[in-house]
Amino acid sequence: MKKYTQKVLDKYHHDKTRLMDILIEIQSEYGYISSEVITIIAQDLNMSEVDVEQTISFYHFFSMKPTGKFSIYLNNSAVANMMGRNEVAAAFEKETGIKFGETTPDGLIGLYETSCIGMNDQEPAAIINNRIFTKLTAFRVKEIIRDIKEGKEIEKMFSASFGDGANRNALVKSVVSNNIRKIGPILDPDYKVGEAIKKIIKMTPEEVIAEVKHSNIRGRGGAGFPTGLKWEFCRNAEGEKKYIFCNADEGEPGTFKDRVILTELPRLLFEGMVVAGYAVGASEGILYLRYEYKYLENYLEDILKAAREKNYLGKNIMGKNGFNFDIRIQFGAGAYVCGEESALIESAEGKRGEPRDRPPFPVEKGYLEMPTVVNNVETLCSVVKVILNGGDWYRSFGTADSTGTKLLSISGDCRNPGVYEVAWGFSVNDILEMVGKSGNVQAVQVGGPSGSLIGPDEFNRTLGYEDLATGGSLIIFGEHRDLLEDVVLNFMEFFIEESCGSCSTCRILPTVLKQKLEKILNARGIAQDIADIENWGKFLKASRCGLGQTAANPLLTSIKNFRHLYEEKLQTAKEYDTGFDLSAAVKDACEVTHRIPNI
Amino acid sequence: MGKPVVATTSLAGCFGCHMSLLDIDERILELIDLVEFNKSPINDIKKFTKKCDIGLIEGGCCNSENVHVLKDFREQCKILISVGECAIMGGLPAMRNGIPIKECLEEAYINGPTVLNNTEKIIPNDPEIPIMLNKVYPCHEIVKMDYHLPGCPPRADLIWEALVALITGNEMKLPYEVVKFD
Repeated sequence: MKKYTQKVLDKYHHDKTRLMDILIEIQSEYGYISSEVITIIAQDLNMSEVDVEQTISFYHFFSMKPTGKFSIYLNNSAVANMMGRNEVAAAFEKETGIKFGETTPDGLIGLYETSCIGMNDQEPAAIINNRIFTKLTAFRVKEIIRDIKEGKEIEKMFSASFGDGANRNALVKSVVSNNIRKIGPILDPDYKVGEAIKKIIKMTPEEVIAEVKHSNIRGRGGAGFPTGLKWEFCRNAEGEKKYIFCNADEGEPGTFKDRVILTELPRLLFEGMVVAGYAVGASEGILYLRYEYKYLENYLEDILKAAREKNYLGKNIMGKNGFNFDIRIQFGAGAYVCGEESALIESAEGKRGEPRDRPPFPVEKGYLEMPTVVNNVETLCSVVKVILNGGDWYRSFGTADSTGTKLLSISGDCRNPGVYEVAWGFSVNDILEMVGKSGNVQAVQVGGPSGSLIGPDEFNRTLGYEDLATGGSLIIFGEHRDLLEDVVLNFMEFFIEESCGSCSTCRILPTVLKQKLEKILNARGIAQDIADIENWGKFLKASRCGLGQTAANPLLTSIKNFRHLYEEKLQTAKEYDTGFDLSAAVKDACEVTHRIPNI
Repeated sequence: MGKPVVATTSLAGCFGCHMSLLDIDERILELIDLVEFNKSPINDIKKFTKKCDIGLIEGGCCNSENVHVLKDFREQCKILISVGECAIMGGLPAMRNGIPIKECLEEAYINGPTVLNNTEKIIPNDPEIPIMLNKVYPCHEIVKMDYHLPGCPPRADLIWEALVALITGNEMKLPYEVVKFD
């Protein structure tokens, strides 16, 4: 173990800003990071052991206890539940004989829950030793556990054929499906690699930025900051080195369009990073990729290698003197908050993914204190098309304020879940028609848990920064769904799980609000509880980052749009009820003392 | 109209708040002119003999008996006041809230360094003993509380001022040095 750790430390040049990579390698080799290894790492990197431990404890996929030779991470998102996750989870527990959060006594299998893994269109899904298993059934679980016990290799456990497109690539070999349902200028398969690079090297960086500004493209991660302006700020910022980050941490439950781009059009994305690098004057690009997509690693590395061979990356790119740019992949280790740009940078520096205070913004002081641009996968892809076809062409799609097209990740109760590329300005009704709604639609969650839950009254609203802003996730709920129990409660649990704990508002309030919701669901609610949720939810706006600020949105938007669902569960006869349940409160003590409750 | 009736109790508390009430010193003579006491450890009346106007609660709820007493107070008293840190937040007893009750009981009766002769490893389980709750609850998580007087204990002056203000309907004087949170 000592030898291997030393080898990994050598590989990363004993650089403590690469702690994430070091920990990832050790975790995948041993299934956990032991205290002996922590001591070695801490001494080698000249850090305290606690500093190493706090990074480990922050991320979902790191563990200080053995997680089993086969670590099974079953997704617990709302859509997974809708698609029959409970049955699958029960099958896992039955077949392995352990509960979630445990490992089998022989150390063979570990069973864990995890937040959305970007497979919402093919749930229930699980990650087993970095391989994705989709559309699980109780029967399939039996097969998988039997195969594991028989000592089969993970690669040989796929009984079904591989997914579509590049999922069949020899370096991917995954059962994941792209489910591309509608293509547009970004997903256009007729893309030729390198054309945009050839074009920009004849332009000045300022001209590139001007064209991007002219296109009026805004960040596709959800916040919608104008991309050209971000690049300009970074170009004008002082710093001896500048960085381009691609944010591929899509952790918002219900979003999976970046996974599809990374599978089908990674060259387009990398070219976008090169364009950004040229415009900003950066020499290094970092693709921050969520750990859940680790199955794409070899495939993406191979493409980067080919790009270097063709001089799309490297020194004096395509003969342009002094234009040097290369890309490396930085993996996360399971943390939703790392999708926030400053948390993402912290994570890439080997630390806990806690958002930074702003200002300074990353464009002034980002990665390693240097000016840094962080762009979404889709933004960088769109930019290539802007360069190739011009800003005017790009503006011909969408609306005045929201130009271009948007990739939507659509899941839930519809006939054709998957990825759709549509021009901005589409209404929710148009979308429901497009995806083939099955039965009456009760509600649509626009923009994931941090967005809004809207009802039929608002289905005429349009997608765009001026009305319904979205990072692209739409989840459809049929009329048979219990919105409060199946959706809102699940989303609140998600926010509680994913809070970094830095701000007291986000650390405490989501739990308090969830307890209020549970009280209402337990038929103990009173009118005051709804008022409390509405009033207290506002305080979350005091949190440092978007995750905390929006953590009450599942409750607030559902109360706004589905108030009757709450009100019909309230007690009408009682003016006051704390929701305290004496028989539940004495249960634990009765078990320990073997007493029959005589309360 | 007769004098307002006051009842008091100590739940999972240390009686420190009651001591603080006695610290009003000679004003206790004024107090008995102002109010009549019913169920309270101060006069040793064990059961409510009539409806009361004001109930003073010291301590949070750590066992089933505390819950019954508190609910009884809520039924019998028009106004309930949480007196002190334990009633308001759970206080020191709530330090066990992060530890499962099983571990707490085993530490106290089986594994603790002061346990000497419990060879049969018995955790007291007589039906007469109130059953412990999974955690210590502040009073307002069990029933509605109308007022909260902070402090550990609240200063005698604070208790006195609050009672007099409540009874006379006058505004309460709250100089800075009277309100303490520890």
